[in-house]
Amino acid sequence: MGFFQAYKMAIKSIMTNKGRSFLTMLGVIIGVASVISAVAFAQGSTKNITDSIQKLGTNLIQITLTGRNSNRDMSYEDLKKFAAENTDVIGAVAPQSSTNARVKYGNTNMNTTIIATSPEYESIRNVHVTQGRFLLDFDLEYRQNVALVGTAVVNELFEKVNPIGEKIKINGQIFKIVGILEERANGATRSDDDQIIIPITSSRMVMGTSSIRNFAVEATSAEKVKPAMERLETFLLDIYKNENAFRVFDQSQMLETLDNVTGSMMIVLGGIAAISLIVGGIGIMNIMLVSVTERTKEIGIRKAIGAKRKHILTQFIIEATVVTGMGGIIGILLGFSIIKFVIGGLGLVPPVYSIPWAMIAFGISLLVGIIFGLFPAYKAASLKPIEALRTE
Amino acid sequence: MIEIHNMYKTYQINQIEIHALQGINLSIRKNEFVAIVGPSGSGKSTLMNMLGCLDAPTSGTYILDNMDVSSLTDDEMAEIRSKKIGFIFQSFNLIQKLTALENVELPLIYAGVKSSERLKRAKLALEKVGLGERLHHKPNELSGGQQQRVAIARALINNPPIIFADEPTGNLDTKSGVEVLNLLKELHKSGNTIVLITHDNDIANQANRIIRINDGKIVEDRQVI
Repeated sequence: MGFFQAYKMAIKSIMTNKGRSFLTMLGVIIGVASVISAVAFAQGSTKNITDSIQKLGTNLIQITLTGRNSNRDMSYEDLKKFAAENTDVIGAVAPQSSTNARVKYGNTNMNTTIIATSPEYESIRNVHVTQGRFLLDFDLEYRQNVALVGTAVVNELFEKVNPIGEKIKINGQIFKIVGILEERANGATRSDDDQIIIPITSSRMVMGTSSIRNFAVEATSAEKVKPAMERLETFLLDIYKNENAFRVFDQSQMLETLDNVTGSMMIVLGGIAAISLIVGGIGIMNIMLVSVTERTKEIGIRKAIGAKRKHILTQFIIEATVVTGMGGIIGILLGFSIIKFVIGGLGLVPPVYSIPWAMIAFGISLLVGIIFGLFPAYKAASLKPIEALRTE
Repeated sequence: MIEIHNMYKTYQINQIEIHALQGINLSIRKNEFVAIVGPSGSGKSTLMNMLGCLDAPTSGTYILDNMDVSSLTDDEMAEIRSKKIGFIFQSFNLIQKLTALENVELPLIYAGVKSSERLKRAKLALEKVGLGERLHHKPNELSGGQQQRVAIARALINNPPIIFADEPTGNLDTKSGVEVLNLLKELHKSGNTIVLITHDNDIANQANRIIRINDGKIVEDRQVI
């Protein structure tokens, strides 16, 4: 008896009991569809974050000061001086202090992120100005209260008014708007469009402190990121004498962290998927056992006319795998529809259709069929022909 | 063809031993038409199960076609059933969800015959029993007589040397019963060995030899002239 023949027999049995077969499949369908769509969601969010990290530029190094030195902290001036001594690896540096602040224009209010920095920020962080200008050295030198606003801020505060030249209050301080930042919205993060950028030298009253804890450093090229980081670490260690007082990191470390997060997310998803597929498998075993009992007579007839154990065994296992395999395919299609219409429809993350995962899910559903079909099939194959024939 | 020596079969049901066969000695030659007769509970069905390799005896030997089949494994018995034996049952025992053609094809599938030849042979067998027009009907779309003819076609499909018919007319009206018996007679004429199991003396008288069985023992063995 060939595989094709057994397959035809299985299809026939499944078709005579369409409703029941479908209900049996349902466990696998739901299991597979949830795996596929959950994985897609995970991959979509990862892709989103990865994309936005890469958009920041591959040459970017960030410094965060976490500890303090009783004598002196590393200041913006220290860093600038260090950069000037290391022009072979470091292109530019910019401070980046940020805080949340209340912003007021006329009678309209909003809470948003304020970033205090220097003109170098424009090239280091790859921001663009669509109207007006970015910060100038002049603004810093003379402590100008000027600001650049993101498109979200424009939409929120300025109705039908060109913001350029308008004055806003940030934590009570008056700032004049000199430029509008290009829209960066990418769906995932709350985007950078609700930012307001001001000169670092005018930020003391807004930030409530003059110490700067975060800096952006641009390496001269992607290859120089490593040596630049090493020199920065030596430099900082020299000041703080403590490795835990600062953190120097680049995009690759952020991507690595992201990979770890994605990895654990996948393990959790995998666990949930495994449980749902086991539940589906138990459903299949249950129905197969009922089916064996119901078809005792049929098995008896088949044996009486020459079917061997292996024939009956293959028939039932193939029947189980056809059920789970069909469930797997329907589950994949359902999963892809969820990706397209639900994930794509919500627009939170970009839809990702993973063919390898679809194949893995299909393979697992076949495996579930074999594993959970084995016991009922073995039971059927072991029936004695005369006893099976005697039942009605 | 069939040689049985001192065959015993004992069943154990709820700690009570039932001696279904008690020392059967029997020999059936090739191309005989034998009727095994007895009331219900006489052991005739047990005897057929033994002869048809559906069950193994408790003791005794059974030589079928020069081969000792008294103590075979399940699969070896299946092999014998597939190659040497055709069954016709009182309740037809067709698989309800398969068409007449597919039912007849089934023994060939298990015998490993390839698809194109299976189809040809199954069609031929159904034509032989007069059901050439009913190939794609399912059992519940056929009359009892027609169903039994499908079962006969299925029993014949592998050209087995022996055919066992267990009360083949038991569920049929008189006319269909006569048709089925005539088919069996034709098969006998064309060289098959036929073993007919019945409780009906009139039907038994159609055979060439009658073996009467009672309480698990043969009580009469005579030729019909």
